[in-house]
Amino acid sequence: MEGVAKRRKRTTTVFAALFIILFFFMVMDLAQAFIPLTFEEAFWALLGRGTETNEIIVWKMNLPRVIMACLVGSGLGIAGAVMQALFRNPMASPYILGLSSGASLGAAVGLSFALPFLPQMFMIPLLAFVSCMITLFLVYFISSVGGRVPTETLLLAGIAVGSLLSALVSLLTYMAGEEMAGIVYWTMGNLTNAKWDNILVVGPLIFAGCMIMISSSRDLNAMMLGDAHAQDLGVEVKKVRLQLLVASALVTAAAVAFVGVIGFVGLVVPHILRILMGPDNRALLPASIVGGAAFLLMCDYISRVIAPNIGILPIGVVTALIGAPYFIYLLRRRRSEVGWD
Amino acid sequence: MLTVEDICFSYREKPVLENVDIEVQKGEIIGILGPNGCGKTTLLKLLNRNLHPRSGRVLMEGKDLEDLSKRRIARHIAVVPQSNEIRFAFSVRDIVSMGRMPFLDRFQGESSDDARIVDEAMEKTNIKEFADRLINTMSGGERQRVIIARALAQRPEIILLDEPTLHLDINHQFEVLDLVRRLSKEEGLTVVIVSHDLPMVVKYCDRMVLIHDHKVHAVGTPEDVLTKENMRAVFNIEAVLAYDEVLKANCVKIVGSCPRR
Repeated sequence: MEGVAKRRKRTTTVFAALFIILFFFMVMDLAQAFIPLTFEEAFWALLGRGTETNEIIVWKMNLPRVIMACLVGSGLGIAGAVMQALFRNPMASPYILGLSSGASLGAAVGLSFALPFLPQMFMIPLLAFVSCMITLFLVYFISSVGGRVPTETLLLAGIAVGSLLSALVSLLTYMAGEEMAGIVYWTMGNLTNAKWDNILVVGPLIFAGCMIMISSSRDLNAMMLGDAHAQDLGVEVKKVRLQLLVASALVTAAAVAFVGVIGFVGLVVPHILRILMGPDNRALLPASIVGGAAFLLMCDYISRVIAPNIGILPIGVVTALIGAPYFIYLLRRRRSEVGWD
Repeated sequence: MLTVEDICFSYREKPVLENVDIEVQKGEIIGILGPNGCGKTTLLKLLNRNLHPRSGRVLMEGKDLEDLSKRRIARHIAVVPQSNEIRFAFSVRDIVSMGRMPFLDRFQGESSDDARIVDEAMEKTNIKEFADRLINTMSGGERQRVIIARALAQRPEIILLDEPTLHLDINHQFEVLDLVRRLSKEEGLTVVIVSHDLPMVVKYCDRMVLIHDHKVHAVGTPEDVLTKENMRAVFNIEAVLAYDEVLKANCVKIVGSCPRR
């Protein structure tokens, strides 16, 4: 049996550890170059006290990518935490439920066709959001059985819809021909082309989504006990659920729009954190933001150093290589042992 | 306190409740009794606007529930639901603190007043020593007390209990209902209990409403309501309400089932 005082102390420790990991990989990732800088060189360059070359490497070459990784990681992390609580299901995450594929179809359409009305920079996230929302409601509709969403149907619906949408993205890529080779790289997840103007679009969207989610964390706690409990405590369950679903789709779409599909962040990060600090969303959601960012920075760092002969691995490959085995482990262990039940 | 005015409710054309009128008085323990599927749980859900009546209305101290927000209602009416299965590792204090939700704004933390109310609620239900335990490691009876403590933390005037004894061992059934009766007497709480458990309702309720065929069949004290004829008509049993030497109170004595008419 576990005491609350112990857990509270551990929550503090977890936050401290997350910030240290975040900071460490942030600097290590900023140090990346043909000949990488050392940790100290990158650190001083970040503070504006390095050599001119080092400052160019840190500020011009690497910082946009690092900021994009933080934004995308934090968004996917908190979206996963919220969806797991909302569906009362440890397997829920933007990737497993096909949301990432949904967003990627919208984004791929935006990438492939020069559509009128809006500049591409705004058109891509907008289409990603719309197609992400449609996917979310489709999966939810297919998998709900009498108001409940059982694990089996949720996973199957997510996988089926996700595969269909991924196939459509592939079809689009195939038809688009050679000039669309960029999409292929993008479907595997790619932070390399992160640009400041993309960050200015993605940043506010993810920030807004996170705010909506965090402001509902108390309501979400009550909803984890069951809809009836939450209603009895004065929560407008339908309204809050809709807000949270829209916020999840918004955050996922923003995360996917410019960097492509990066899986398993939203599954692995909230899960480990829930085991460490318990189910209270008032602590878990902020921790998932920091943890998601730290995890993605770590994966980005790994993707750059693991195979120097090949070059840079797509980051989606790295997150999948770490996340998929964890997912299998989750399926094998009894739910009680991973902090549910 | 709580007035049900000519309520009708149907689920997909199928009538569940027809023209139900009930007047719940302040400070009483009132039982809503009837066989399974007679619509009593639906009635309970209508009493705190988890469901909306097709016609008629529910008034709380003269105000129509339809005009109040869920938050406002939760400041006056607390519910102890039928199923209290909680799969997540929240602590007992976390759960009881949720009773303060109707009083807190989105970003507002719990004040020392809230903490004091939560402590009091845990003391009254004798779960103070469990405060740091995790809810998913507790027995059904213990969980029930935690949920009652949460209801008390709402500082309600009215508590609705849905089949409070359904999942409990027999010793816990009495423990929970003794607690509810004590709270009702000490705090002047109005209690509405929905149940199909005849002996329990007789033992604890001041008045009762017998529901049969979607309608109110009889209202009054257990002595008025549980006549031989009513029990035969509603529950299909041969039974009498008679004084029992051991209990030193009236109790239902069931002879057996009666042949279908």
